[in-house]
Amino acid sequence: MTSGGIRFKAWAAAACALFGGTAWVSTALANPQPGQLNMTRGVTEWSSEPYFLNNVALGVCIVIGVLVFGAMFIAMFRFRKSRGAVAEKWSHNTMLEVVWTTIPVIILIILAWMATGGLTSFADTTGSQMTVKVTGYQWKWRYDYVDYQGKAIDKVGFMSKLDEQSNETRQLDSGLDPRAVKVGDENTYLLNVDKPLVVPVDTKIRFVITASDVIHSWWVPALGWKMDAIPGIVNAAWTNIKVPGTYRGQCAELCGQDHGFMPIVVKALPKAEFARWLAQQEAATKAPPATPATPASPTPAKASTAAAPAIPAAKTAGKQG
Amino acid sequence: MAHAATHDHHDEHHGAPSNFFTRWFMSTNHKDIGTLYLIFSLTMFFIGGSFAMVIRAELFKPGMQLVQPYFFNEMTTMHALVMIFGAIMPAFVGLGNWMIPLMVGAPDMALPRMNNLSFWILPFAFALMLSTLFMPGGGPAGGWTMYPPLSLQSDSLPYVVFAIHLMGISSIMGAINIIATILNMRAPGMDLLKMPVFVWSWLITAFLLIAVMPVLAGAVTMLLTDKFFGTSFFNAAGGGDPVLYQHVFWFFGHPEVYIMILPAFGIISEVIPTFSRKPIFGYKAMVFAIASIAFLSFIVWAHHMFAVGLPLGAEIFFMYATMLIAVPTGVKVFNWVSTMWGGSLTFETPMLFAIAFVILFTIGGFSGLMLALVPADFQYHDTYFVVAHFHYVLVTGAAFAIISGTYYWLPKWCGHMYSEFWGKMHFWNSVVWVNVLFFPQHFLGLAGMPRRIPDYNVAFANFNMISSIGGFLFGASQLIFLGVIIHAVFFSKKKASDRVWEGARGLEWTVPSPAPHHTFALPPVIHDEELAHGHVDD
Repeated sequence: MTSGGIRFKAWAAAACALFGGTAWVSTALANPQPGQLNMTRGVTEWSSEPYFLNNVALGVCIVIGVLVFGAMFIAMFRFRKSRGAVAEKWSHNTMLEVVWTTIPVIILIILAWMATGGLTSFADTTGSQMTVKVTGYQWKWRYDYVDYQGKAIDKVGFMSKLDEQSNETRQLDSGLDPRAVKVGDENTYLLNVDKPLVVPVDTKIRFVITASDVIHSWWVPALGWKMDAIPGIVNAAWTNIKVPGTYRGQCAELCGQDHGFMPIVVKALPKAEFARWLAQQEAATKAPPATPATPASPTPAKASTAAAPAIPAAKTAGKQG
Repeated sequence: MAHAATHDHHDEHHGAPSNFFTRWFMSTNHKDIGTLYLIFSLTMFFIGGSFAMVIRAELFKPGMQLVQPYFFNEMTTMHALVMIFGAIMPAFVGLGNWMIPLMVGAPDMALPRMNNLSFWILPFAFALMLSTLFMPGGGPAGGWTMYPPLSLQSDSLPYVVFAIHLMGISSIMGAINIIATILNMRAPGMDLLKMPVFVWSWLITAFLLIAVMPVLAGAVTMLLTDKFFGTSFFNAAGGGDPVLYQHVFWFFGHPEVYIMILPAFGIISEVIPTFSRKPIFGYKAMVFAIASIAFLSFIVWAHHMFAVGLPLGAEIFFMYATMLIAVPTGVKVFNWVSTMWGGSLTFETPMLFAIAFVILFTIGGFSGLMLALVPADFQYHDTYFVVAHFHYVLVTGAAFAIISGTYYWLPKWCGHMYSEFWGKMHFWNSVVWVNVLFFPQHFLGLAGMPRRIPDYNVAFANFNMISSIGGFLFGASQLIFLGVIIHAVFFSKKKASDRVWEGARGLEWTVPSPAPHHTFALPPVIHDEELAHGHVDD
């Protein structure tokens, strides 16, 4: 009922025009666009849930709004004193009151049913083929690769912070033009990092999310959700990206002065390319034997299921703050 | 009316004290204290508004042009604290102080000396809080919600905590006073179910205040002890839980949201029947809806925390409970529209603001319903969509209702009519620019702009510039409001009649305009047909 229903909605129509149809959006359009009016549909298995729910709820609101405001405007024109309207005396109507209490309840039950479905599928992080630990710091992110396809990953992890060009441009009175911060044709001012999180497509990836100092929130709109990164707590969320591309997001929980300057970039690669990238990273960490292990890196894990290995490491990280 | 005349005669012997200090600083008179509250609130409205201007100026275009990010965060934090605790809440207390005794036929508030104290705490509380902006470490910059651990990084925390304690004491005393007045001081014949909806809304709001202000005080006190006395309520390293703070805070915070809107419902429920010349539709349903909203406000707090990683069952519970609020709120909106249907409508300034309230508050309610849907909220949460939502319910909701009430009762307070032309100028400027200001913020949030950021990607530039332009002009429009009030109080030549509005019903319109210093020294004899809801049996 969702995909059919939205076509009638004014905003959804505008959004469809903007996104060029209802098929999977191209990767560039998953990131914020000038003049964008509606939520992105995202690029993952799950990200259409909030998008459809948003459109359906918006449609319901517009219909109710048209009816209520329409009645109000009719009243304002028909019952003007200047047009000789004489006030009537009635002040209730049981039938009407029952109707306008019952109908909203029915609409709400339908919306709640739809939302519950989406929520339940989001809460299910089982069966993941990869685990990435995300740690928020003031004001950067750390990514640690925990396991991939049942194998523990050894010491692949790095900090990810605002790219140098955005950082210079964003200084007060820098005199630099934010419009000049570009990667290709895309303006990436404040939405680019020095080292993106690289992940494979078509893989159920479980994120375990925590923070080491204050609360942050990890949000990439194209993935369809945000999850708070809280010191001392490990939250779990999952994604399964369907389209290769570069997806940009930002910290969504106020975390201090540079809250606006700790973006998130997720680079989704086809599986083969990702395997190559991962092998390179593992080789790089093994090459210089003197590389000190960072305290936040995961303990060597024997786990084949996704559940266990990240948690002890995450707790350690949490206690640092 | 005969009785009002008798009172006049009596009142001539008990005018206001002529000494300025005695009259305003030592007042125990509900009207003078109400005036003080309203002046205080208007002052804070402009101070909080000037912070908003700084925010909108910095967000006018991409890049940092005016302020450092930390100061920007101080501005967002202070804007919220000043507007919530300094502008909206004291305005409602001021209106309640002025109008509740007049509406229920009481000579004054039940506890007049405490009334004086609960007002005079406020200027000190806000002086304390605003002074942090001039301190070396700066003011609070962790958001008005003061989530730890971030809020514990600020050196101004103790000042803000103490200021919040003072505001809480003031609010609790004000609430006790209002409950005592309504329950004990009604004139004979003013049954509970004959009271104006405004009085009902304040009675229910006062219970909310007493229930939740101590919770806020507890939450911020735990912040204080975590920072200075080595406790670990919210410190994970010491076995505490940062999310616990959010639960406690929002257990206060959500009823607080309704504290700021229920009296607004009350005002609108007085204004619309007056200018529709028709009794309010479904009086009992209106009262019951307010009570249900108040009850529901206690079981929906975690919908502010859908992204903290709540268990599935909790998210489902809080989603369903939140969606339920749409039912009584819908009833209220439908009833206002039905009140207008079949009426004899005129469109003086209070009515214009009331109509704008119904439409724009409903738009805020729609986005509230969308925010309640958890999967969608995973996208909306902490974005400009939320900023747009709560400004629609607080600015075009609460603030518009306060402005509507001010125009409605101003002639009763000062005895002169305000300038209808300039009132309408104020209205049309406000209603146009407030939408230019806040409507594009929906789009910004949907496109992915987080809230509380001082700078943004170029993709968000256009709507931010539109929003800022709307903001500057909306801010400037409020100067018209100030002008209209000053003109009406000091310069207007047009005397207001006792009833002021043709369709006005209720005891407050039976006393002269301006309302004498003392009214209802003898309880009025109530004629049901004089009341707005005198013989309503639905």
